Amino acid sequence: MSDFEEHRYDVVIIGAGGAGLRAAIAAREAGMRTAIICKSLFGKAHTVMAEGGIAASMGNVNSNDNWQVHFRDTMRGGKFLNNPRMAELHAKEAPDRVWELETYGALFDRTPDGRISQRNFGGHEYPRLAHVGDRTGLELIRTLQQKIVSLQQADGREAGLNEASDDMLKVFAELTVTELLHDASGAVAGAFGYWRESGRFVVFRAPAVVLATGGIGKSFKVTSNSWEYTGDGHALALRAGSTLLNMEFVQFHPTGMVWPPSVKGILVTESVRGDGGVLRNSDGKRFMFDYVPDVFRKQYADNEDEADRWYKDPENNKRTPDLLPRDEVARAINSEVKAGRGSPHGGVFLDVSTRLPKEEIIRRLPSMHHQFKELADVDITAEPMEVGPTCHYVMGGVEVDPDSAAAARVPGLFAAGEVAGGMHGSNRLGGNSLSDLLVFGRRAGIGAAEYVAVLGNNYPVASESAIAEASATALAPFQIEGGENPYTLHQELQQTMNDLVGIIRNASEVQQALDTLADLKARARKVSVEGHRQFNPGWHLALDLQNMVAVSECVARAALLREESRGGHTRDDFPAMSAQWRQRNLICSAVFGPAGLEAINVVEQPIPSIRPDLLDLFDREELAKYLTASELPVAAADTDGDSS
Amino acid sequence: MTYSAKFRVWRGDAEAGDLQDFTVEVNEGEVVLDIIHRLQATQASDLAVRWNCKAGKCGSCSAEVNGRPRLLCMTRMSTFTEAETITVTPMRAFPVIRDLVTDVSFNYQKAREVPAFAPPADLAPGEYRMQQIDVQRSQEFRKCIECFLCQDTCHVVRDHEENKQSFAGPRFLMRIAELDMHPLDTLDRKDQAQDEFGLGMCNITKCCTEVCPEHIKITDNALIPMKERVADRKYDPLVWLGNKILRRS
Ligand SMILES: Cc1cc2nc3c(=O)[nH]c(=O)nc-3n(C[C@H](O)[C@H](O)[C@H](O)COP(=O)(O)OP(=O)(O)OC[C@H]3O[C@@H](n4cnc5c(N)ncnc54)[C@H](O)[C@@H]3O)c2cc1C
Ligand code: SF4
Ligand code: SF4
Ligand code: FES
Repeated sequence: MSDFEEHRYDVVIIGAGGAGLRAAIAAREAGMRTAIICKSLFGKAHTVMAEGGIAASMGNVNSNDNWQVHFRDTMRGGKFLNNPRMAELHAKEAPDRVWELETYGALFDRTPDGRISQRNFGGHEYPRLAHVGDRTGLELIRTLQQKIVSLQQADGREAGLNEASDDMLKVFAELTVTELLHDASGAVAGAFGYWRESGRFVVFRAPAVVLATGGIGKSFKVTSNSWEYTGDGHALALRAGSTLLNMEFVQFHPTGMVWPPSVKGILVTESVRGDGGVLRNSDGKRFMFDYVPDVFRKQYADNEDEADRWYKDPENNKRTPDLLPRDEVARAINSEVKAGRGSPHGGVFLDVSTRLPKEEIIRRLPSMHHQFKELADVDITAEPMEVGPTCHYVMGGVEVDPDSAAAARVPGLFAAGEVAGGMHGSNRLGGNSLSDLLVFGRRAGIGAAEYVAVLGNNYPVASESAIAEASATALAPFQIEGGENPYTLHQELQQTMNDLVGIIRNASEVQQALDTLADLKARARKVSVEGHRQFNPGWHLALDLQNMVAVSECVARAALLREESRGGHTRDDFPAMSAQWRQRNLICSAVFGPAGLEAINVVEQPIPSIRPDLLDLFDREELAKYLTASELPVAAADTDGDSS
Repeated sequence: MTYSAKFRVWRGDAEAGDLQDFTVEVNEGEVVLDIIHRLQATQASDLAVRWNCKAGKCGSCSAEVNGRPRLLCMTRMSTFTEAETITVTPMRAFPVIRDLVTDVSFNYQKAREVPAFAPPADLAPGEYRMQQIDVQRSQEFRKCIECFLCQDTCHVVRDHEENKQSFAGPRFLMRIAELDMHPLDTLDRKDQAQDEFGLGMCNITKCCTEVCPEHIKITDNALIPMKERVADRKYDPLVWLGNKILRRS
């Protein structure tokens, strides 16, 4: 079993998106020997696809903005299920993280006085999203990528480190991690994976691993997510003995393309609405005015005139309900289509053509203009787009410590970015992911470095048998003859999750999904693949499939347990939001059997309480909509404070 | 709207390979990448291809369709007739790994050689002030999705492995121009561009600009202005143009 390459690092980061790269910068700056691993080429991680912007209360466009307002918006968007400490750190640190990008070379769009421009987005009270046209994610990833290169140049030129050694900051691109390694006590000892190019195995020995693997959208049929989003990090954490938090919360972005079929699900950025685009049904009606829920009546306009005035004069008008949080808009579109008021291809209309001059549309939304022209033959400056909900983001994720990003129950394991849970509660606001990546990516890098520093020279050691086992598991699909094709199973899984655990759920359908998942789980262990180990997508999918099935089971089990509707979890058999349920997080863990991960167990756990000074940022009346009576601040506090 | 199309796809590895014929279903609105995926799912599960976003945003799915460097996810089937045989081959300028996947490490190597952004020492984070009009030029170049199609096309390296050492290719010459035009970058990059990265080898044929899926005017907005800056300093522009023409023949 010596058929593998071996490396030794202090910190291994799995994922080269925004979270992983920011973690790597932090770990390297703390003096750690650091490796970054990713499934795609360097610079292609999912973060590259983010369009609209990155949320940070810099107050460049409206000086009333500050971290408290951002915190409030984030909690409201997440329906108060957010980990309050994470939401607080995020709101406080996001501006510094964005400014720092400029020192790495980022070029954001500017305000007239030369500062970073900020745009409106759903759920954000003030223009808050720093952006570069509608390709903000590309700017973010390229900037971080170039920062990594500059650190490598420093390693090479200045410190004279040898490129071939493990001393230098290094990116292992197109390498998939299939297993985490640990010692007898359960502490992290490294990671095991294969080069996609050659199929050869690689063992990383390291006391700290940061998961920054992104999301799970590839388990759903209609999704804005790429092939990478197979929930690997979620599954790795489970198998290592850590836990996942609130996996039932999956965000369906309201506006994905619906036509032609081959592009169904591809994202249409929320900036279209932030910059003036509106949703209409087949009667030409701006239907969002009919869907403003009680908890948001104070912040959203109830007529078109006021909504239209708001773009120019936000001080004296309420915002348009087109910009309600995503879960609200997605459900509204779903209802309109169900009621027979949809567009020809089963969506609704999103129109910017009658709202902005042609040149303005092309300047502000260049990639949307390009995308529709190239892929759908639609000129968005002349006609409306057709859009509908698409699976976009998972709010659930690895249970972490807010300050250090340490994963629950496994020493040496850290998680940041979309793979981590808690920050966004039951629903994420647009723009809050990119900022989350930077804030908690950095914290994870520092957390890992501090953990390693305390270990001294006592690095946990992985057992050789675990390595042998990992390679046997990875090769299994080649040993099986006459098994099913992994592509067929993948399609069945996607259809099941889409139809039965999608945007609107109920107990009997979710139960049905669980039955199908049990069947898929058994069949996924027996798929066979053709060909050999060199860049073989069939083999890669066969391995990813195990992760998708495990993570899908988490989503379905938690969805069945949570008997309420909140954010990215809508039960039509329990349509109301429940203050009792808000007090409970649902925690998934793995049940192990002889064949490894056998099943998923889900238990309730009390939610961390919100610190009084943070509660004081809301008025009592608003809190009463979310919290139980006993959680509300004592009534006396009410008299001295109409909080701002 | 559904029909059967004839495809020829290059299959093989670094040692050997050839074009293989397939007949495969095509539906309305599909792009070439959809067809490659259908081949994987139904006829050739181990057919190797790179892709991520399927929306022209990540630059992973570069290959050559009927000999032309293209993004597979942005090449619509409706641009071909139903009778046409569509040939898909890997990018020619880079060594093949397997099927449509090539070894693009040349590009990452060049990326690592270009000296990084050098920020002004006296500005703290948050103090950067730049006008939109001044950042716009570099922003155009930062639209680059690193598909490397321009690198694949440029004749200086397309069939001239020997030039790779001394020539960074349009993508990275443009990166140098981008940094040179960054309002706050403090390095002088002109000599470097010429001496280390081979700006002089570019003879402004604009082939790179033609294939760029982001429609970046690589030659007009990055390479020529960069040449002018170098020339201002060093040469008489007519002299270097003459030199290039001589060297080429
Ligand atoms: C179309 C689209 C538009 C969006 N727009 C916005 C926006 O405007 N604003 C915003 O805030 N958010 C936006 N989001 C969300 C945001 O982009 C993502 O949530 C975020 O980029 C995730 O970043 P990450 O660092 O967690 O992971 P990613 O960027 O997805 O990176 C994951 C990394 O992990 C690697 N990886 C995964 N599994 C393995 C494994 N087994 N082995 C090795 N490596 C592995 C991958 O290769 C990849 O490098 C958008 C999302 C989409 C899909
Ligand atoms: S313009 Fe220059 S860089 Fe572009 S293809 Fe021609 S020679 Fe190559
Ligand atoms: S400049 Fe254009 S063609 Fe060249 S790598 Fe960038 S996006 Fe691709
Ligand atoms: S798959 Fe991303 S550009 Fe084609």
